[in-house]
Amino acid sequence: MPEENSTTTRPRDAALNSGLGRVLLLVYGIFALSASARALVQISTHFSEAPLAYLLSAVAGLVYIAATAGLARGGVRGRMIALVSCSIELVGVLVVGTLSVVDAVAFPDDTVWSHFGSGYGYVPLVLPFVGLWWIWNHRPA
Amino acid sequence: MNGPLSVATIVAALILAAWYLLRTALDRAPSRFDLLASVALSALVTVLVVVAVIGLFGSSRPHDTATFVGYLFTTIAFAPTAIVLARMEPTRWGSLILGVGALVLPVLVLRLQQIASVPLA
Repeated sequence: MPEENSTTTRPRDAALNSGLGRVLLLVYGIFALSASARALVQISTHFSEAPLAYLLSAVAGLVYIAATAGLARGGVRGRMIALVSCSIELVGVLVVGTLSVVDAVAFPDDTVWSHFGSGYGYVPLVLPFVGLWWIWNHRPA
Repeated sequence: MNGPLSVATIVAALILAAWYLLRTALDRAPSRFDLLASVALSALVTVLVVVAVIGLFGSSRPHDTATFVGYLFTTIAFAPTAIVLARMEPTRWGSLILGVGALVLPVLVLRLQQIASVPLA
């Protein structure tokens, strides 16, 4: 990429540096936006109906924002942020996905992670794997 | 919200998405035609959103008006954002950005239809 020479201050593993990384950031950004917006609406309008599910929505939104920022920045700190948030995502989608199937009473209203993200075309299930693959693929030599 | 305009938008977006994914697979950067096609899709979406906004002032407002308006903002901004980002990325990945945009738009339109189908009592 032509601009790579001019971005000497940006770590080489920053997702912003490559085209595929930018597409990944776009998808992560869409989920950061949709998960946070959903949580904001749920918490501000009918929080008492299902506090656990709505707090979980908010956590999911924050985790997506952190993952987007971490992947975009790269470097030691960005990698650590991305690694932690992608891992939380993976555990979150698996645990919440399983619980929402097994114990529907605890999750009366949906979050991004309910039913393994079926309401979002299962993208929330795939996304942490892609993020972790990106971190693994760009590990320091 | 459930009229032929929505169906046309969804079909057009899906056809364009297939085209952009093909362009990505063939390692092609977005051409002038590709960008103009996305502009045309944006125009179609703008008409859809304007019709929906006019509907908000009519008799049947959706029960969840705040969410509906939020989705309207997202929907109208989505394709233009994808076009700007794709122009910044003149590689095959620019085509994929347009493809992702064209794939998300039908989802947004479907969500708008879902929200609109629960009218304010």
